Amino acid sequence: MTKLLIIAVLVLGVLAVVRLSRVYELTATLRGKREEHISDRDNRMNARFMWLFCVLYFAFFLWLLFAYGDKMLPVAASEHGVWTDQLLDVNWAILFVVFFLTNILLFYFAGRYVYDKDRKAFYYSHNNKLELLWTVVPAITLIGIIIYGLTIWNRITAHSPEGTAQVELYAKQFDWTARYPGKDGILGATDYRLINDNNPLGVVTKESIETRLAELATSINATVEKLKQEGEYLPPAKVDELNEKVERERRMLRKVTNLKVMMEQDIAEKGEASPYAHGADDVVIKEFHLPVRKDVELVIRSRDVIHSAYIPHLRAQMNAVPGMATRFHMKPTITTDSMRVVVGDDKFDFVLLCNKICGASHYNMQMPLVVESQTAFDAWYTEAMKKPFQAPAAAATPAPAATPAATDSTATAADTTATDSAAAPAAATAQAQPTH
Amino acid sequence: MGAHAHDTHAAHHDAHAAHHHHQESWVSKYIFSQDHKMISKQFLVTAIIMAWVAVIMSILFRLQLAWPGEGFAFTNFFLGDKWAPGGVLNSNMYLALVTIHGTIMVFFVLTGGLSGTFSNLLIPLQVGARDMASGFLNMLSYWFFFLSSILMLASLFVEGGPASSGWTVYPPLSALPEAIPGSGTGMTLWLLSMAIFIASALLGGLNYVVTILNLRTKGMKMTRMPLTIWAFFITAVLGILSFPVLLSCALLLLLDRSLGTSFYLSDIHIGGEALEQTGGSPILFQHLFWFLGHPEVYIVLLPALGITSEVIATNARKPIFGYRAMIGSILAIGFLSFIVWGHHMYLTGMNPFLGSVFVFTTLLIAIPSAVKVFNYLTTLWRGNIVMTPAMLFSIGLVATFIAGGLTGIILADSALDINVHDTYFVVAHFHIVMGMSAIFGMFAGIYHWFPKMYGRMMNTKLGYAHFWITFVCAFGVFFPMHFVGLAGAPRRYYDYSEFPFLNGVTDLNVLITVFAIIGGAAQMIFTYNFFYSIYRGQKAVQNPWRSNTLEWTTPVEHIHGNWPGPIPTVHRWPYDYSKPGKAEDFVPQTVPLEHGEDEEHG
Repeated sequence: MTKLLIIAVLVLGVLAVVRLSRVYELTATLRGKREEHISDRDNRMNARFMWLFCVLYFAFFLWLLFAYGDKMLPVAASEHGVWTDQLLDVNWAILFVVFFLTNILLFYFAGRYVYDKDRKAFYYSHNNKLELLWTVVPAITLIGIIIYGLTIWNRITAHSPEGTAQVELYAKQFDWTARYPGKDGILGATDYRLINDNNPLGVVTKESIETRLAELATSINATVEKLKQEGEYLPPAKVDELNEKVERERRMLRKVTNLKVMMEQDIAEKGEASPYAHGADDVVIKEFHLPVRKDVELVIRSRDVIHSAYIPHLRAQMNAVPGMATRFHMKPTITTDSMRVVVGDDKFDFVLLCNKICGASHYNMQMPLVVESQTAFDAWYTEAMKKPFQAPAAAATPAPAATPAATDSTATAADTTATDSAAAPAAATAQAQPTH
Repeated sequence: MGAHAHDTHAAHHDAHAAHHHHQESWVSKYIFSQDHKMISKQFLVTAIIMAWVAVIMSILFRLQLAWPGEGFAFTNFFLGDKWAPGGVLNSNMYLALVTIHGTIMVFFVLTGGLSGTFSNLLIPLQVGARDMASGFLNMLSYWFFFLSSILMLASLFVEGGPASSGWTVYPPLSALPEAIPGSGTGMTLWLLSMAIFIASALLGGLNYVVTILNLRTKGMKMTRMPLTIWAFFITAVLGILSFPVLLSCALLLLLDRSLGTSFYLSDIHIGGEALEQTGGSPILFQHLFWFLGHPEVYIVLLPALGITSEVIATNARKPIFGYRAMIGSILAIGFLSFIVWGHHMYLTGMNPFLGSVFVFTTLLIAIPSAVKVFNYLTTLWRGNIVMTPAMLFSIGLVATFIAGGLTGIILADSALDINVHDTYFVVAHFHIVMGMSAIFGMFAGIYHWFPKMYGRMMNTKLGYAHFWITFVCAFGVFFPMHFVGLAGAPRRYYDYSEFPFLNGVTDLNVLITVFAIIGGAAQMIFTYNFFYSIYRGQKAVQNPWRSNTLEWTTPVEHIHGNWPGPIPTVHRWPYDYSKPGKAEDFVPQTVPLEHGEDEEHG
């Protein structure tokens, strides 16, 4: 009803305007006014508006600069951030000059040379010297900008120094997880097929492979059993679906078995050099800490869709792309505590956020980053490594039909969500009775 | 094209004239018309309707951004209880609105609407042709456009909502319905709609190119063509070369979505399950998409620049400064636009060296763009400027082109892009340089050629009101966005209140929304003026703006074949305004050179 009313009001409003225009039109016809004849008054009015607009435009710009200048990102908290901020300032200096110059000319000319029937425009079709001038001057300026910009870019994207610590940032809808390399200092290999509640990043270890194999075998057995017992009562579509599921999981099982073989061969060949040999002590955690003034290489991965790891205060950003690992090398230079002083807010935190549209909760996919002294970081890291994780318990439960899962698994990925003691048994139950 | 070709063409038309006055049925005149003038009007009206859909969408999501979580009857009125319970926009619907707003504006309004309207209207009229090379293909081009518009609008009503992975529809988000509801039927319809749209763009583009190359009247050398035609020509070439790539890009995505191929998908674990697709790369999609996507920016922009060149010269009563340089810069922009697509992808993990190459090519585009701006400024200098609404919008375009072009220099610099990529800074940049410039060019074209399209005049006073409100609001909306972006606010966020460090700029979001609402409402003035003037506007005279180009030598009443007699012959370039020694301040192209008169060229 309200909608109808609104529509009625709108229609009446339009009708009223139509009548008004009709009146205007008739009076215009009576006065013999033609739309294409722009009166001197109109020309001058618009000319003055041009000047007025230019003043307001610049005033608006300056107001924004003064009112919001200090609300922009504070000083860069990373080494390369200082470089890019300088580069940005140099660019702004050039652009501001061009901005004010061209706009002043544009609006000045637009207002100054307004129509005058006694004057004739200056017939000026070209001037090669002038045109050469404003081709060459921008070209030279741009070459400067390009060289300066690329110098910085090359420095930022250069290979990380030997021995740079790696930290993995792992994105999924809609949160971040960090992975630290553990005692060996090397991030272990991963495979997305190994992902489950206790191994959210799919870290490859002997145990995680066995667990996954067991899980798959259990699920396959359960489905086959279900088909055997209830197959004739189920609708055909459901039967097809279940058969497909079995096929899919069998293919997955073969892939994981392949992975297992590959891992064993690789470790046999390369020993400690094999990337498969390093997953066991990795620390998987939903906290993100970095030591100040230490080079770090962020290894960025995604589980599902494209995300982007963006840490605005460190001027760092790199996409997280499923199927590949991207890297961003940086060196944080300001600790969280110091930054709190800089911005005058004792609750301030650096934040890692997602900057590539990734779904409904894209707008709140964040994780605080703590930059701290090496000592503080070491203390946190030692704690993080010690944190008992529930993975072994969860890994052991679905064992019945499969190869015996390692009961002594001292190390798989630690998921802090799973360390929540209430969550782990729940997850285990869910695995024991596959419901999907 | 040689004189011979022209003769046969003229002969054909003399024969044609004999059976000119056959009766056309209502359907063949207004619906399945093959007349370029009617087709151009069809494109324009469809685009205006689509633009309204996109504008209302933008108001809906701007309301949410300014006052997150508050209910609005306006929102509920349009989206109902499913997508806006209590008038609070749903976060999935927010992304859908952002996506469809972008898609409609970029493709349906600024590509179909702008090129479709003005290339169709002006190419035959300004080069001196009876019609497009193929009227039938031209008609198909419109009806494909219409069909794709209907499909796009239909996608708004499907379960799960329309496509919601951003107008760039990056997979895997756009490929997996598990990732976002809009990637179900809505996305399928989006892809189908775009495939049909591409067919439309290609049919149109081929026609434009062939018409310009083959059907120019006697004396219409390439170097005597108005800059509008040059712009439409290069635009059409860009479209022909790049749209097929988008088509293949969309088809591969369809395959990934429906047949389980893995062009773009690899190692994905979603909805508790590991997908079987491996070996593909989402980055491949981005390369293919932006291979169209970047030329697309110029497909949108060049026609607007062409229109502006024509309108500025006419209303400054002065030749366009540096005619050849203007053509050169169009060619340079057109060429460079094909080798800069990677600047959208600096942070995808693309090889940094490749990034450097794209930095270089991208920044080069600033040179021809600067030439254009300085040439516009010099054209205004010592002109005799008539402030028609079309002229105001053209001056407005130069202003937005400057403001938006300059920030492009920041974004092109890969090192700087690290921090501003995908923030509101980007939103500000492309809305000003592409969105506003192109829409201002479109408005300039509509006000300028309305008499040619409908034989009537639009109301000038309403035109002034429309321009000034729109112009102020355009900067009111998009200028503060630079600051929001530099404060670190990512784009496509449903709500910024989760991030304390952005609190300083939240009131800017309110300011932006207020300007957006006023600016959106101001378009009612235009819409009213447009439709009212079609029926009740003052009857137009043949050459209201005292312009030089050929379209103003045709009669006000549309006739099939454009000129009642033979096609006029062209004797000079189109910019002889205020030429010394002439009584009038304009000399139409059809006036022969006087004895000893130089044909001056830029």
